Amino acid sequence: MIRGAALEVARWLRNPGLWPPLILVAALGAIPAATGSATLREGIFLLLMYVALASSLNIFLGYTGYVSFGHIVFFGLGGYVGFYALTVLGWPLALAAIAGGVAAGLLALAIGASVLRLRGAYFALATLGINEAMRAFVSNFGPFGGPTGMSLDFSIYRSFGGPTEALWLAYFSMLALTIVAVLMSSAVKGSRFGLGLFSIREDEDAALVMGVRAPSAKTIALVLSAVIPGVIGVLFFFKNGNIEPPDAFKLQTSIEIIVMVMLGGFGTVLGPVVGAAGYERLRSFLLTSDPFKSLQLTIAGVVLLLIILFIPNGVIGWLRARVPRLRGTLQ
Amino acid sequence: MLSQLAASLVDGLLIGFVYGIAAMGLTLIWGVVRIINLAHGAVIALAMFGVYYLVLWTGVNPYLALPLVAIGGLAAGYVIYVLAVRRVVNAPPLASLLATFAVNMILIGTATTVFTTSPYSITLELGGVDAGFVTIPATRIVATVVAIGVTVGLYLLLYRSGVGRQIRAVANNRDAAELMGIPSGRILALSFGIGTMLAAAAGGLIATFFPFTILSGEAYQLKSFVIVVLGGLGNPLGALAGGLILGSLEGLVPVFTSASWVPVIEFGLFVVILLVLPNGVFGGRE
Amino acid sequence: MTIVLRAEDISKRFGGLQALANVSFAVEEGQILGLIGPNGAGKTTLFNVLNAVYRPDGGRIVYRDRDIRGLRPYDVARLGIARTHQIVRPLNELTVRENVMVGACFGRRELGLVDAAAAADATLELVGLDARSDQLAATLNVAQKKRLELARALAADPDLLLLDEVLAGLNPAEIGAMLDMIRLVRDRGVTIVIIEHVMHALMNVSDRVVALDYGRLIAEGAPAEVAADAAVIEAYLGDPKLAAGLVRAHD
Repeated sequence: MIRGAALEVARWLRNPGLWPPLILVAALGAIPAATGSATLREGIFLLLMYVALASSLNIFLGYTGYVSFGHIVFFGLGGYVGFYALTVLGWPLALAAIAGGVAAGLLALAIGASVLRLRGAYFALATLGINEAMRAFVSNFGPFGGPTGMSLDFSIYRSFGGPTEALWLAYFSMLALTIVAVLMSSAVKGSRFGLGLFSIREDEDAALVMGVRAPSAKTIALVLSAVIPGVIGVLFFFKNGNIEPPDAFKLQTSIEIIVMVMLGGFGTVLGPVVGAAGYERLRSFLLTSDPFKSLQLTIAGVVLLLIILFIPNGVIGWLRARVPRLRGTLQ
Repeated sequence: MLSQLAASLVDGLLIGFVYGIAAMGLTLIWGVVRIINLAHGAVIALAMFGVYYLVLWTGVNPYLALPLVAIGGLAAGYVIYVLAVRRVVNAPPLASLLATFAVNMILIGTATTVFTTSPYSITLELGGVDAGFVTIPATRIVATVVAIGVTVGLYLLLYRSGVGRQIRAVANNRDAAELMGIPSGRILALSFGIGTMLAAAAGGLIATFFPFTILSGEAYQLKSFVIVVLGGLGNPLGALAGGLILGSLEGLVPVFTSASWVPVIEFGLFVVILLVLPNGVFGGRE
Repeated sequence: MTIVLRAEDISKRFGGLQALANVSFAVEEGQILGLIGPNGAGKTTLFNVLNAVYRPDGGRIVYRDRDIRGLRPYDVARLGIARTHQIVRPLNELTVRENVMVGACFGRRELGLVDAAAAADATLELVGLDARSDQLAATLNVAQKKRLELARALAADPDLLLLDEVLAGLNPAEIGAMLDMIRLVRDRGVTIVIIEHVMHALMNVSDRVVALDYGRLIAEGAPAEVAADAAVIEAYLGDPKLAAGLVRAHD
């Protein structure tokens, strides 16, 4: 049985599609380390964060075809739980981060058990409200600081050797998480479980008739897509120094992650990486050039609409269709 | 207490009627075009601003501005259909959901830049009407009358006109309708436009009730979804009834607890109905 | 003779429409049972009940001595019942091979990916689609999609195969090829229930035939018997005089 598992892993590692996204992430991640620049570190931290969020969302949205508009809820809830563990309970960062991931996973489980039995449009409508409901709830939840949220005492950074060290630690943790997200994305895609998810996406009723246990498969996919955002949330707000409901449950971010996945190519491993990196660059550029600053949402909408209408399979999907020879490497 | 309850209930019912109009538009689009219009809230919000600016620039009575705004809603819907929806109308649900969602982003994003998120309101001093132990604000009464008019108009259109027959045919079986020579593309665009026209009418009426911001559309869109689900997707009368139910709920809840719980209760109701009665209280169509 | 499937008194109602009423029949192991009836008779509804897509309002479904009423469709698939659809349902954005692999992975055999790929290739060769293994399912034509649908069902190594109008839209040569495949599958030990409108094909390939009309079973027996049954002819033509005339012409 160990030999069987080892063979499976070897086969997965031999898959050429795994390496482009991995190399891309590693290359991006190495830049701040190589230059030691703090500005680059912060910029690439955000970029990696979006790559991880997009890759995670893709495991659910891209593989099962279910639209989750409120995916940021996992980021927010995980962030809050981890932040609470860190500041109020005094847990070490690693443990607090895991707590965030677990909380997000549990929420995904709850959603899976209740709301996921709704199909397509109904489910999407439900997710529109879940994020809002969670934000409303947290805003009224005393232990989480209510509407003003929580903040941490900067002395906490001393335990890491000072703020700079803490920021670098956060950075490398984010890099590691992003790599894990990409690995997870690839592993699921190449697995029997992943094949089941794709069949659900293409025709859920036909999949059911063929023996795919759709209800539990969808839930597992949701949980897998929720855990890393949960952990990332803790990391992000640890760096941020404080957490408030509108920042934690920002609907706009949720939407942008969808745009990233669709731009790059949903259902592929490389797609969300490329889409997130590309979109994030576009966004940063727009934020610094005046007329476009407030039009962020509009531009995101235009990008999304153009993709849906003209290249619904995203950049990577389009490349795969145009250049069949590259299909092996662009997955 | 009782008179407060009665007043809140009546108020809620009448406002709910207007919500029902918006929901009818949403359910009509689902029934005919078979997509969920996630840009519905944007149209509602833009209609509010439409009435506001028409009043501001021409000084005309807001109720007279309403037909113009409604027609604007019709035109907007037609254009949205042709530009964004037409290509994905037969695609998997993911595509049309994201397409209308993108339109929503574009509309709200641009409008936010133009109007900012500050609150606006239309001052309308119409007084109230005494009905026993409750005083009903005249705005509610006028709105209800308008809403009834809109509903009757819609009924006449759908059931007493040639166009209406074509719409019903396309809703029933698009391919068969095409085979019978009905221009389904145009009918779909028209139906979408009628749906958004209803949204615009509702938005204009709501503007006479409450102050609003560009983000208000989102809240009313969620209300529309809750109502549509309550009434059954694809069931216009159910949408009206659902509107009344939601309106009464909105009227009654703040009497007993804080008004900030209303969105949470609405959303909770939404999920519960979806899980327990997926065809709504009054039965919808898949 | 072992009874693979026994339907006892199956009823199903949709709102005001009684789609199935007290339908009872049995299928013997290794048999090909034909299921005929005019449009709307309830044939596909019956299939949907048999593989748990719909819950019957009344009656029992016994599969090899096991009451399967109340199971979910995926459980029924795992037990060994596979099915094709009247309107084909290919998994469009997956390749032909991947389509068949789904059947192999989640059907009775529950194979891992590597074994499923091998099984898929074998099945695709059987149905003659092996040259198109790497094509997206969406690119196939109707006849090929029908064969893909069959391959998907076969890859699950089913014990009982439900074929719903698998010949519709095929030309005579394709029909002949498909019938040969069906007989081959039966020879491998699979029990088959087949819904068909292409009458001569169905009569040709079936060992026994049952006929439905308005949700009720109106005839049961050998193909020739059922074809000559007046009630069956009337159901198809709706006119007893014409039916009588046809029976006479049949002789």
